[in-house]
Amino acid sequence: MPSNLMSGAQVVLECLQREKVEVIFGYPGGVTLPLYDAIFDGPIKHVLVRHEQNAAFAAQGYARTTGKVGVCCATSGPGATNLVTGLVDAMMDSIPIVAITGQVTSKLIGSDAFQEADTFGITRSGTKHNFLVKNLAELPRAIHEAFHIASTGRPGPVLVDITKDCFTANGHYTPVSSIHLPGYRVYTDGHAGQMRRAAQAMLDAHRPLVYAGGGIIHSGASDELRKLVETIDAPAVTTLMALGALPANHPNFISMPGMHGSYAANMAMTETDLLIALGSRFDDRVTGRLSAFAPHAKVIHVDIDPAEVGKIRVPDVPIVGDVKKVLQKILEELGALADQKEKNAPARAQWWGQVKEWQRLHPLAPVFSNDEIKPQHLMAEIDRLSGGEAIVCSDVGQHQMWAAQLIKFNHPRLWINSGGLGSMGFGLPSALGAQFARPDKLVFAICGDGGFQMSIPELATIANQQLPVKIIVMNNGYLGMVRQWQELFYNNRLSQVQLDTFPEPEKLAGAYGFKGRTVERPSQLRKALEDAVNEPGPYLLNVKVSPFENVYPMVPAGGAVNEMVLGAPQPVEVA
Amino acid sequence: MLQLISVLLENKPGALMRVTGLLSARGYNIESLTVARTMDPELSRMSIVVDVEPNQRSQVIKQMNKLINVLQASDLSEGPAVRREMALVRVRSTMQNRTAILKEAEIFGARAVDSSVEGFALEATGDPEKLDEFIDVMRSYGEIEVTRSGLVVVSLDNKKLRLAPPVPKEVEAPLI
Ligand SMILES: Cc1ncc(C[n+]2csc(CCOP(=O)(O)OP(=O)(O)O)c2C)c(N)n1
Ligand SMILES: [Mg+2]
Repeated sequence: MPSNLMSGAQVVLECLQREKVEVIFGYPGGVTLPLYDAIFDGPIKHVLVRHEQNAAFAAQGYARTTGKVGVCCATSGPGATNLVTGLVDAMMDSIPIVAITGQVTSKLIGSDAFQEADTFGITRSGTKHNFLVKNLAELPRAIHEAFHIASTGRPGPVLVDITKDCFTANGHYTPVSSIHLPGYRVYTDGHAGQMRRAAQAMLDAHRPLVYAGGGIIHSGASDELRKLVETIDAPAVTTLMALGALPANHPNFISMPGMHGSYAANMAMTETDLLIALGSRFDDRVTGRLSAFAPHAKVIHVDIDPAEVGKIRVPDVPIVGDVKKVLQKILEELGALADQKEKNAPARAQWWGQVKEWQRLHPLAPVFSNDEIKPQHLMAEIDRLSGGEAIVCSDVGQHQMWAAQLIKFNHPRLWINSGGLGSMGFGLPSALGAQFARPDKLVFAICGDGGFQMSIPELATIANQQLPVKIIVMNNGYLGMVRQWQELFYNNRLSQVQLDTFPEPEKLAGAYGFKGRTVERPSQLRKALEDAVNEPGPYLLNVKVSPFENVYPMVPAGGAVNEMVLGAPQPVEVA
Repeated sequence: MLQLISVLLENKPGALMRVTGLLSARGYNIESLTVARTMDPELSRMSIVVDVEPNQRSQVIKQMNKLINVLQASDLSEGPAVRREMALVRVRSTMQNRTAILKEAEIFGARAVDSSVEGFALEATGDPEKLDEFIDVMRSYGEIEVTRSGLVVVSLDNKKLRLAPPVPKEVEAPLI
C-alpha cells in the first residue's frame, strides 16, 4: 500500500497534530529541509521567527498564556545551540515546551559534519528530558513521550533531536496507545495523614501566611488557593512567578515577597508562625539570607516535585502532590474541622492588625513628578489601561520589578516573565507567542531599552504576522538594574551600563510598517498609551523615564528580608 | 562525607551521562563509579561513591530519581549491603622476594593472575580500606602499578522496586 507511505517528516507532523499542536515557532535549515517540505503542505501553522532563541521564547509565551505545550523548531548545529537559552529558561520556570531539532544524517554523527553539534549532550542539563531519534520506527513514541513528559508532573522543556535520514525515511505512523516510562513517577495525590496535619496546623496557627508560587498557575489551582485563603483568612503573598494566582484586589493579597517585594510581604514572612508554601521553591531571591528567613515559622510545603520539598528549608509538614488536588483535600479537611475556626480569633485579629499596619506604613505606591516620567508612573498608567485583564509580557531588569510591583492581575496566566533564569530578550518574543495564543487579548510587551535591543529582529515577525502587540520600552538610557547595583554597591562607578544610542521609534517601527513614537512629558503619557492601545496593529512606544530611579524596597543580596532598604538614603539634618 | 549510591537505570544511550552530569552540575565530586548491565540486558546498575554534605544526601537521591531513565536510586551508605572493590596490582619483584610477595598476597586473599621474570600481576578483592593496606604492603616490595575498580555494592534489603505504570495515551487521528 504505497499510498499510505509517509516520510519521517510527515510522521513528525502527524504526531504534532495528534497532540493538538496549533502552531510551531521555528526557523529552517539544511537538515530540516525535509521537515519544512512537509510543513509547506500546511497541516500545522508555522511562524517564522527571526532567531531561534525567540522561537523558544515565543513557544514559552504560548505555553505560559494557555497552559498548553508550546512547540519550537530549529535546524542542527547553530539552530539548535541558539535554542539553548530558551530551553534553560523554560526549565527554570517549569514551562512545558517541546523543541524539535534536526540532526545530521545518522551515519555522519561524530564526524564533525557540517552543522553538526552534540545537541543531545548540550541540552541534557537544560531540559527535563531529551531524545535523539535516528529511526523512523522510534519517532512517534519519542514525540508522544516528549509531550507527555513536558506536560505532566512538574512541567518542563523536552527536546527531540531527529536525524536527517529519519526525516527522509519512508514508513508509517505507528499509533502509540500508552506511555510507559517506568522511571517517571509522578505523585499527585498527597499523603492523607500529612494533609490532615496541614489542615490542623492551619487552624492552630496564630500568624499564618500563604506563600504561593508558580506551581499554583501550572496546576490551575487558583480557585482552590482563593478558597483556602478565605477559609483560614490568612494573608497571602504570591511570588514573581505567581502574580495573578490570587486576584490582586483580593483583600488577603499582600503582594509579592523577596528582593523587591512589598514591605508587608517581607515582614509577614519574617513574623509568621506558619508558612504555607504552595508550589513555591524558596528561591534565594525570595528568602534572602536563609538563616533569617521565616525564623519563627513552622513550614507546610506542597510541591509536585519531591526534590523541591526539603531542598532549601526542611518543612514540618511535607506534602508531595499536585497542589490543586492537595488543596481540594485540605479544604475538605478544614470543612470537617469547621468548629475550630474561631479558636484563635483574638490572635488572628492581632495578626491582621499588624499586617494592615505594615501595608499602611509602606505601600507599593507609584511616584509621580511633573518634570519627568517616573518609571512607577508608567506602570501605574499601564495598570489603569489593563484593569487587571491585559496580558503583560515583561523583559528582565528594573522595569520588570516595577511592573510586578504596580501592575495588577485579576487572573493567572496574564503576567508572563522570565523569573528563574532572568533572560533579557524574553519580553518581546514571549509577547509574540502570547498574542498568537490569545488574539482576543490586549498584550503588552514591557521591555527595557537594553532588552528591547536584544529582540529587535522579532519586530519583523510581529509585523508580518500582524500581531497587535503593544511594545512599551521603558527607556532609562541605562542597563538600569546593573546601574542600580553599581550605584549602591560599587561606589557608583558606572561601568558599561550606558545605552546612549537608541533607534528612533517612529523610524524603527516605520521601517517595519507600523507606528511608533517617543513620549517624554508626564502630561502626555496617558494619551500616548491610549493611542498605542487604540491602534489596531502593533505599536512601539518609547517612554523616556528618569534615568537614575532605583527599585525599592530592596533586600541587598545575602541580606535578611526584614532588613529591606525602603528608599534612597535621605540627607540627615545635623543639629 | 562519602555517600554510596546504587542506581538502577535504563540501558539507553546517554543515560549514564545524565547521572554523572547531574552530580557535576550540582557540585558533587565523584570518588568512584562503576556501571554494568544487569540480568535484564535493558537495565544497568551503577554504584557511585560521591562526596556529599550529610544534609544533602537525600537531595542527591531525589534528584537522581527525577531522571526519567533512572528506575531507582538508593542510598546504601548505611544499612544492610555488601560493599566490595577489586584492585589489580602489578608489582616488580627481585628473585629474592618473589615468595615473600606471594605469601603476603595470600594473607590478603589476593591471587596471582600473571607471572613473569619482572614480577606479578595480583588480583585482590575486599573493602576499600583492606585494599589500601594491601597496596601499601605491596609498595614496600618495590615499584607497583594499581588499577582499582571502584566500589560495587549490592543491597541486602528487600526494598520493593516501585515503577510507574503505563499511562493510556489518547492521540486521536487529526481531523482532515
Ligand atoms: C541575557 C542577559 N544578559 C545580561 C543580563 C544581566 N542583566 C540583568 S538586568 C540588566 C539590565 C537590563 O537593562 P534594560 O533592559 O535597559 O532594563 P532596565 O533595568 O533598565 O529596566 C542586565 C544587563 C541578563 N539578565 N540577561
Ligand atoms: Mg534600561
